[in-house]
Amino acid sequence: MREFVPSAQLMLGTRYLVLVLIAVIFIFPLLFMAMSSLKPNLQLLTDTESMRAFLPVGELSFDNYKAAFSRAPILTFVFNSLFVTATTVILTLLVCSLTAFSFVFLQWRGREIAFSMIIATMIVPFETIAIPLLLMVSKLPWLGAEGFELGWLNTYRVQIIPWIADGLTVFLFVQYFKGLPHEFIEASRVEGASWWQIYRRVVMPLCGPVIATAAILKFLVMYNQYLWPLIVVQQETYRPVMVGLQYFFQYNTAWGEVMAYLTMITLPVLAFYLFLQKAFIASIASTGVKG
Amino acid sequence: MASVSLKNVQKNFGDTLVIKGVDIEIEHGEFVVFVGPSGCGKSTLLRMIAGLEDISAGDLSIGEKVVNALPPKERGVSMVFQSYAIFPHMTVRENVAFGLTIAKVPDAEKNAKVQNAARILQMEHLLDRRPNQLSGGQRQRVAIGRAIVREPAVFLFDEPLSNLDAALRMDMRMEIANLHKQLDATMIYVTHDQVEAMTLADKIVVLRDGEVMQAGAPMDLYLEPDNQFVAGFLGSPAMNFIQVNVSELDATHAMVIGPGLAPTRVPHRGRAHTAGQSMTFGLRPQHMWPAEDGKLAGVVGISERLGSETVVNFRLQDDSSLIASLGTDQIFTPGQTVAFDFDPETAHLFADLK
Repeated sequence: MREFVPSAQLMLGTRYLVLVLIAVIFIFPLLFMAMSSLKPNLQLLTDTESMRAFLPVGELSFDNYKAAFSRAPILTFVFNSLFVTATTVILTLLVCSLTAFSFVFLQWRGREIAFSMIIATMIVPFETIAIPLLLMVSKLPWLGAEGFELGWLNTYRVQIIPWIADGLTVFLFVQYFKGLPHEFIEASRVEGASWWQIYRRVVMPLCGPVIATAAILKFLVMYNQYLWPLIVVQQETYRPVMVGLQYFFQYNTAWGEVMAYLTMITLPVLAFYLFLQKAFIASIASTGVKG
Repeated sequence: MASVSLKNVQKNFGDTLVIKGVDIEIEHGEFVVFVGPSGCGKSTLLRMIAGLEDISAGDLSIGEKVVNALPPKERGVSMVFQSYAIFPHMTVRENVAFGLTIAKVPDAEKNAKVQNAARILQMEHLLDRRPNQLSGGQRQRVAIGRAIVREPAVFLFDEPLSNLDAALRMDMRMEIANLHKQLDATMIYVTHDQVEAMTLADKIVVLRDGEVMQAGAPMDLYLEPDNQFVAGFLGSPAMNFIQVNVSELDATHAMVIGPGLAPTRVPHRGRAHTAGQSMTFGLRPQHMWPAEDGKLAGVVGISERLGSETVVNFRLQDDSSLIASLGTDQIFTPGQTVAFDFDPETAHLFADLK
């Protein structure tokens, strides 16, 4: 009896088949969402009984989108979320990478303890600090355009500032910095670079992969914010997309409109992810330097 | 003028003293090589001069100024690392210009200096490439280019050639020697390769366990080593050592005898003190030749015929193993008894190594 030896093509074929199956599993919910957003309420519900749910069949229109726009100020919500998310991601990357830089490259007393405390914050669930944080931000001062004011509720800053410092991002940068060859930093010091110049010109340009990773993770956390803005923002002007979803569950739930809304608010996430994925691969390719 | 002076320099990591009070005087323009086995503290010493490691005690001066507390950038040094440490995200040009960019040197002057460094190192055609498009030797050139472009008073090299293959290492060694002639700068070079030390140095500093064993011109160290460690470290194959006893001595010479060594009168250089003293006898492999009535008698183990020379390994009656390196092609068979003679004036006597 001859032993069965799978050919290279068969192996490759199997691998593609498995990958396609996994891709399909991941894409089906998105497909369901996008297709349903085009269907009237009644058809949408009956279609869920068959594969028709994932197919552009039956009566298709953009009526749900029109209705969704009349029900909620969607553009405001999307702008709010994107503004809050983008600002937080940028500030988080800046602040946390600087923090990590000081942990890895600078010598100072107590840095191990400080680092473990920052790591420890990762295991505290947000729900436990939500109320104390609310009491805090409701009394914090701010110097705004109209002078000195008290309390941060119903603002963008209350959605941004408490989220800038982030243990996970610090951790990611610390791990990455530790993997950079120490000689890069030493050579820069001998060449006369200040710590800031080393950070700006040597370390950060080599950090493409970790910047992409941290940015994606932070983007998702911020874009999906629900509980915190629900607590601290009562005005529609500052409301983000996830809280905006409530508008579609008041009176009677119109599933078609829910799906239209969800489709619209998913697009920025997909766009951002695809953009960074490209940057991510490019940065890995350019750091392929042998020691 | 950039002389470098170390006075009783010490370094401890926690409770461990790794540099145990080192005194070295380096004159302007000198090429000094720190050499020693791994863990002897030579790299640590270099990094202390660079300012990358603190100095625990003692004084380090560059020029006439004590620089113990100055950060690297204020010391006027530049350094070439073993791993090159050139920045992968910058072109060769940007790498070489890095120090000048940081110092905000005007563009015209910067470009002229980079061009000049590239010309000296014959890498003008590489300036717009990225490090990952370069070979190991080319990368090392870039690292050296980055060091020379700032025209520092003192160059520090930390095992710069150890990542290169043997042929390239020889080329680069000669280039570094040429560079030293052209630049009129003080160079301090760390290596564990005694060939690099012998060929490059104006002065060699042999280190062991954080202490200077001997410092001086290469041939002085080779011909007149102060102790067994230096004698054994410089020269290839390494110097032979056997245990002997002093039977009688006068002001300059001692009569010694050992297993397999006939009584011989050798210079003791003030290191023998009493008759009956046990000492280590040292003889370089190149200083022996086969002779019927030679003073060293033994049995041949392995012999290697290299064409231009023959390296013979033989054992004395107490089983100590010696190596003779003969400048001609000669045939020995394993097991054959053999005797070697030598000029007693070329032999050395050392106190037993602790």
